[in-house]
Amino acid sequence: MTIIAATEHFAGPPEWTWYILFYFFLAGVAGGSYFLATLLRYWGAPADEAVARIGFYVAFPATLLGLLLLTLDLKQPLRFWHMLFNTTPGQFGLNFNSSTPMSVGVWALLVASVFAAVSFLDALARDRRSRALLDGAVGMAWSVVGSVVYLFIAGYTGVLLAVSNQPIWSDSWALGGLFLASGLSGAAALLLLLSRYRSGAESTRGMLELSERLFTVLELVLLVIVLLTLIDDGTLGKALSFPWVLLWLAALVGMLPALAGLTARRFRVGSGGTLAAGRVQALVLGPTLVLLGVLALRAWVIFAAQH
Amino acid sequence: MATNIVPGKAYGFFTDTSVCIGCKACEVACKEWNQLPATDKGFLGESLDNTGTLDGQNWRHVKFIDNVPDETMGNGNGKPFLLMSDVCKHCTHASCMDVCPTGAIIRTEFDTVFIQGSVCNGCRNCIAACPYDVIDIDPEQDVARKCTLCYDRLQGGMEPACAKACPTESIQFGPLDELRAKAERRLAQVHAGGTSEANLYGHDDKVYGGLHAFFLLMDKPEVYKLPRAEDAVLPQRNNLGGYLGVVGTAVVAVFGAIFALRNRGSVARATPPPEAPPPEATP
Ligand code: SF4
Ligand code: SF4
Repeated sequence: MTIIAATEHFAGPPEWTWYILFYFFLAGVAGGSYFLATLLRYWGAPADEAVARIGFYVAFPATLLGLLLLTLDLKQPLRFWHMLFNTTPGQFGLNFNSSTPMSVGVWALLVASVFAAVSFLDALARDRRSRALLDGAVGMAWSVVGSVVYLFIAGYTGVLLAVSNQPIWSDSWALGGLFLASGLSGAAALLLLLSRYRSGAESTRGMLELSERLFTVLELVLLVIVLLTLIDDGTLGKALSFPWVLLWLAALVGMLPALAGLTARRFRVGSGGTLAAGRVQALVLGPTLVLLGVLALRAWVIFAAQH
Repeated sequence: MATNIVPGKAYGFFTDTSVCIGCKACEVACKEWNQLPATDKGFLGESLDNTGTLDGQNWRHVKFIDNVPDETMGNGNGKPFLLMSDVCKHCTHASCMDVCPTGAIIRTEFDTVFIQGSVCNGCRNCIAACPYDVIDIDPEQDVARKCTLCYDRLQGGMEPACAKACPTESIQFGPLDELRAKAERRLAQVHAGGTSEANLYGHDDKVYGGLHAFFLLMDKPEVYKLPRAEDAVLPQRNNLGGYLGVVGTAVVAVFGAIFALRNRGSVARATPPPEAPPPEATP
């Protein structure tokens, strides 16, 4: 039984390629970073503030870069604002089309970038030991609302693909969830990587590693659901055809460090290997692989459908 | 065929593929009136179907569908090439319009679907959505373009260039209600002639609420790369499932993250120890 009805596809590809791929990546990582930063600051230990700030520092530039890529992807980049304002003669006004996640997403991005900008400045202010811009309940409310918007940003990109008549994309209701879960695991991995450069970040690494593993399990479950929905709609063969299956495999490889961590290390105290090698693996190689996997997953979904 | 064209009335095409001879006069007339350049034929060379596909600069395309079966057939059972002059269907429920974020795609006073070139920003969402592979970017103007149903000619009281040029009246232009009645009569005639597979596609509201360019086909719609009526559902059908998937994932992820916050100790102990031993950080 399908939630999305099987559709025969004769639609042509929109040729969304590299800009969109990297935008989707940034949207996932920015969304996950903002969310994790909020969680760490307001529900974590005081020592988690260091990583929370990294998260707020990541979200804003990643969002700005994402907006830039989205704009560059347009055939008429200077008309980016046409997404926001209707320029049809006689119908001037704000544009909002709730039928397409593209329109909803553009507005959400705009709102998110305001949240991210303020949180970014707030982190800067705190780092310079001046007063925080966002304190107490207001700060918390700001970050929580911002997190909700950012969770949407990380996930809507998958819904945007689904709301089309393209093979693969329009055959699964789970792409949005999949992108959200992988964005979150990517964000945890990125924060883990960056935590090496910030003193006081050590005590948060356990949380980041565990959350990265749990998000990866969620991602794996959603990936299975996506494959099942594709079987149902007869597009699994297209999705796993050569060479796109290599991207799919790369996405799977990207999940391995986290899954291996869950099965092998989660319940064992201590570790084998030399100290230095173990640390490099835990803090650099693993997260890097996860991030490459996040990118490969999106590349697989984007490219396999359009060929 | 003189038609009095008045705003406020629905117009369209009835294309009777049974009489198409593949002369491509429609393609030429379309290019000429709309000042669309001849495009590089590429690997299709001088083959019959060297237009290949509808796109930003080819708004009419005579499809040559090789339907000849591999096995030898008895007399009268073989199927020859199927011909069909393809064009934007000017859908009543148009997928392209459904997803356009700029409002560039509008419905005109003749109930046709029109892309305003000055409003479009080239996001290509409409290309992803059109189930008939009609729209594409015009590489010279860098905006999405397709058949306008000769909007400018209609405003001037003239029938579209392709219909005027068609020598066999395969493409007929007129008020939609008249065309539908005409199509029913023609279908009965073709059936009476012995072609039982002949069918009308898009003449009623079963396909995207009714197509303003509808067809008499000599085989099943899929053979012409036209989605079946049961598949003809707007892209927005996937909004609800997609957003619910995101919300469900977000809820599980929030719980997962809180769990990680509470149980981080297990990982902190299990991972290789950092330079300085981490403080017991479980809140
Ligand atoms: S055929 Fe495609 S381009 Fe034409 S109105 Fe329908 S959805 Fe839009
Ligand atoms: S490419 Fe142009 S017409 Fe198509 S959806 Fe985007 S803005 Fe609308």
